[in-house]
Amino acid sequence: MIAVLVLAHFVAGSVVLVAGRTLRRWIFAVAIAPVLGALITVATLVPGVLDGDVGFHRYRWIDGLSLAVTIRLDGFATVMALVVAGIGAAVLVYAWSYFSHDESPARVVRFAGFFTLFAGAMLGLVVAGDVWTLFVCWELTSVLSFVLIGLDDHLPSARIAAQRALLVTGAGGLVMLGGIVCLVHASGTADLEHLFAIAPTSATAQVGLVMILIGAFAKSAQVPFHFWLPGAMAAPTPVSAFLHSATMVKAGVVVVARFAPAFASIGWWRPLLVIVGGSTMLVGGVAALRRDDAKQSLAFGTVSQLGFLVVLFGIGEPAATAAGVAMLVAHALFKSGLFLAIGAVEHATGSRDLRRLSGVGRSLPHLAVAAGLCTLSMIGLPPLIGFVGKESALAALAEGERWSIVALVVVVVGSILTTAYSVRLFWAMFATKRSKVDQSENHFARIHHPPNVALTAPITVLALLSLAGGVAASPLGTRLSVAAESLDGAASAHLALWPGIHLPLLLSVLIVVAGAGLALVVLRTQWRPAPPTTRDSTLGERAYGRAYNGLLDGAKRITRVTQSGSLPVYVAVIFAVIVAAIGFALVRGAGGDWGDPVAADSVLQAAVALLAGVMAIAVVAARRRFVSVLLLGGVGQGLTVLFLLYGAPDLALTQFMIETLMIVAFVLVLRHLPTTYSSPPMWAPKALRIALSVAVGVTFAWFALSAGSGDRPTDVTDAVEHLSLPVAGGKNVVNVTIVDFRGVDTMGEITVFAVAALGVANLVTASRRGIGAPVSAATRFSRIGAQSMIFEQVTKMIFHITLLVSAYVALRGHNAPGGGFAGGLIAGAAFVFRLLAGDASNRQVATRLSPIVLIGTGMLLAIGTGFASLVAGNEFLETNVFDIHLPGVGRIHFPSAAIFDIGVYLLVIGVVIIVLSHLAARTHSAGADGAVT
Amino acid sequence: MSIALVVLIGVLFATGTYSMLHRSLTRIVLGVGLIGNGVNLLLIVAGSRPGLPPIVGKLTGSTDPIPQALVLTAIVIGFALQAFLLALAWRSWTLDGNDDVEDDIEDRKIADRRRRAIRTTEAARRAERERQLSGDDNQPAGEATNLGAR
Repeated sequence: MIAVLVLAHFVAGSVVLVAGRTLRRWIFAVAIAPVLGALITVATLVPGVLDGDVGFHRYRWIDGLSLAVTIRLDGFATVMALVVAGIGAAVLVYAWSYFSHDESPARVVRFAGFFTLFAGAMLGLVVAGDVWTLFVCWELTSVLSFVLIGLDDHLPSARIAAQRALLVTGAGGLVMLGGIVCLVHASGTADLEHLFAIAPTSATAQVGLVMILIGAFAKSAQVPFHFWLPGAMAAPTPVSAFLHSATMVKAGVVVVARFAPAFASIGWWRPLLVIVGGSTMLVGGVAALRRDDAKQSLAFGTVSQLGFLVVLFGIGEPAATAAGVAMLVAHALFKSGLFLAIGAVEHATGSRDLRRLSGVGRSLPHLAVAAGLCTLSMIGLPPLIGFVGKESALAALAEGERWSIVALVVVVVGSILTTAYSVRLFWAMFATKRSKVDQSENHFARIHHPPNVALTAPITVLALLSLAGGVAASPLGTRLSVAAESLDGAASAHLALWPGIHLPLLLSVLIVVAGAGLALVVLRTQWRPAPPTTRDSTLGERAYGRAYNGLLDGAKRITRVTQSGSLPVYVAVIFAVIVAAIGFALVRGAGGDWGDPVAADSVLQAAVALLAGVMAIAVVAARRRFVSVLLLGGVGQGLTVLFLLYGAPDLALTQFMIETLMIVAFVLVLRHLPTTYSSPPMWAPKALRIALSVAVGVTFAWFALSAGSGDRPTDVTDAVEHLSLPVAGGKNVVNVTIVDFRGVDTMGEITVFAVAALGVANLVTASRRGIGAPVSAATRFSRIGAQSMIFEQVTKMIFHITLLVSAYVALRGHNAPGGGFAGGLIAGAAFVFRLLAGDASNRQVATRLSPIVLIGTGMLLAIGTGFASLVAGNEFLETNVFDIHLPGVGRIHFPSAAIFDIGVYLLVIGVVIIVLSHLAARTHSAGADGAVT
Repeated sequence: MSIALVVLIGVLFATGTYSMLHRSLTRIVLGVGLIGNGVNLLLIVAGSRPGLPPIVGKLTGSTDPIPQALVLTAIVIGFALQAFLLALAWRSWTLDGNDDVEDDIEDRKIADRRRRAIRTTEAARRAERERQLSGDDNQPAGEATNLGAR
């Protein structure tokens, strides 16, 4: 049920974000629906919870990792869920009016959508029953708060504040994740209830706890992480009222509240929490007195109050925990009310500068009364809930032991500050002042926009709730006891409006009197010791700034070292790493024995290898482009012979055709490049480059020796050889492997092949000067000069024979050396030579076929064969062998893989024509530069 | 294992590496070709022993078909790769008047501010080329400058 409610938030939020423009005025209706739904549903569950029911659901997720989504609605979760949903609903009603004059609909849509998403995440966080669910919701709130704080993304200040909040709370979240892992590892369970029952205290668990607390401190703006919260006031007021008073910043407090009863007995727990929470309370209180921006002042007040709550829950004593629950509710009510009141004043006057506000109380008495009630609750005066909460807190701390007494002192001092800044804030906002600085009328902001009912009603409701909570303290106490008991079995809240004359009451009197006095002094003397003008004023803020800048500088420095921007350097680094890695493994003795090295398998092999090696060296030594290209062709043809000698005729055939076509391609491009290489400044001396190259060569030669002696047969080889004829119906094992056993792989390769051809075509035709009107292959070739009568005639004569040969090579490939690749290359060459021959009849014949159509047909045949196998009930591309008896001809043996090979054949022809025709055409036109139209 | 072929593999890798360490795209294509040949030969030599072609029925004494099946498509893909690099070289030449790979300006900026002088020279050279090209086409110089800035 609760999980459905959480999901409803996500659905509604997404709907608003996606369809916000069409929803128009109904945005807020959609946004508020799940929030109200959650409020009502949880409210109906309250009687059951009071009777001790615990709503518990576990949704299985990954059993193997014992991951599950656990929802547990116990007393405390119910209180928190009511706070989240209740204040969420109030803020949304308020926002409806607050944004009604907004000129940017997109901003309103984003607010409503992300707000609802956030409310869902927050609801999930408070009802989470295991650490993982808790953590996921925790991170969701961090991310969503980033969007909400940065709602005005055109303002640099909002962007910086949002980034800062995200980085601080996000980093805290990561630390917390580490802590959770430690704790789950130590306890063996992710379920919160089991975890607290076990309460592991091993070293791992303690480290985990500290890390979880760091995450909680970052989220709840505790010293030294507190600096992000005032910055987050860049968000629109409704966001601040919800995220930064009632919900998100309470997440850390919730974690402390849940963990403290189980772990407070660990030696360092109480000192740590009292020191952190206490210093936060004091630092926030002082800072709140020194701000002239109402929201900033209240934000530091929130920091202070959060410190108070951390102290209360951190003590981990039953009474303090119970008081903490009361204080938590009280704070949510009065703080969100005050934030909304500030927003209303700003809405009315256009300012929230305390020095520029005057007479607001007189003009807006209704608002002033509501805000006044909230302020009284914040100070802790009867008969408001803030008084009740603070009384019980003081009583609980006064009963405790050493650290409780320390906490009591801190809380009293902090509360004096609270009283002072509360009085100052209220007076500055609503009182009618006489301006000392400027007597002119313009000094004070005018009220030009009186707030309507929708804007003030939520504030009034929150204020009345604060009042009701105080008046009905006793019955509220019994109900909150259930919540406290779910945290700590021994806790029970005894709230009373009139506790009797005890130490707590005396302390309260002291707090109010001293606080009022301090406020008077501050207001009289305009006491603002060293108004903070420098931005990075706190330790945490400075550390954050240093870390942030250090990260960027470090990234720049690493870029400077590793990214020199020079391609040769990158290539050199890559090769150096290869040499180091493989060389290291080889030196360590990786790889097999060297087999039985012989000088050479045959004299011819030795001679060809020697020749190829010499030509390879000549390639790099050559100064003229054409020479090096021809030498490279020589090396390639040397390999052709070596493949043939090795027993690989398929390779030899393919290599031969590729080298031939490659030389044509090179020549076509290089015709227009300078004959010699330019010699731009090199990045490293020649000796170094040669040394690296030799190292690469030696490494790979060594690698070849160690990689294995090529002993056969391996299992795969055996399988391939034995299955070739019976399963795939072919005798040429190499070809059968290509078109059948690894057919899908081949399909991928021909796709790459086709894409590369299209890439070449695009690189060449994408002319930056717009000459690239589509030209047919024939037209492109017509510009190649140097006609030769003999070439023309011979090409014409052998064209059809070559095509016939190519088809034969392709078709017989299944049983003898050949195949689609070799055949396609031969046919492609035939077309290319006809085009190169250049006379009219040659071109006409050659271009009757569109290369694109060839590629497409080939692709379709290949894929179609695969799907035909599927239709026939076999695997994709599995071969079917057809035996057809034709009268007079005899038995025809026809495996379906042959069709696949025909597809390859056609595609290769198309690719060859496209690549070479484009390289030919454009290099030519570029040479003539502009002569082409 | 044939030492002659092992040595040839080493030579192909060494010369290919040396070629690829240049700035000229033509040389880089040559290097890719050399190393590609070296890799193909390495796969065959390391993966099989010399013998007869692997045809069913005559499998006694035949060589291993698996490396061949792998290398065959590698040869064809190598062609596609080199053709693509050649097209790049062509494009570089039409834009810059050379086929040299220049340093990435952004990285250079970060890497070394003292190189600014050299960069300016390069930019000037490119701008000069742009002027020539646009002059041929009677195009406004402004457009050419924009394209030059890329």
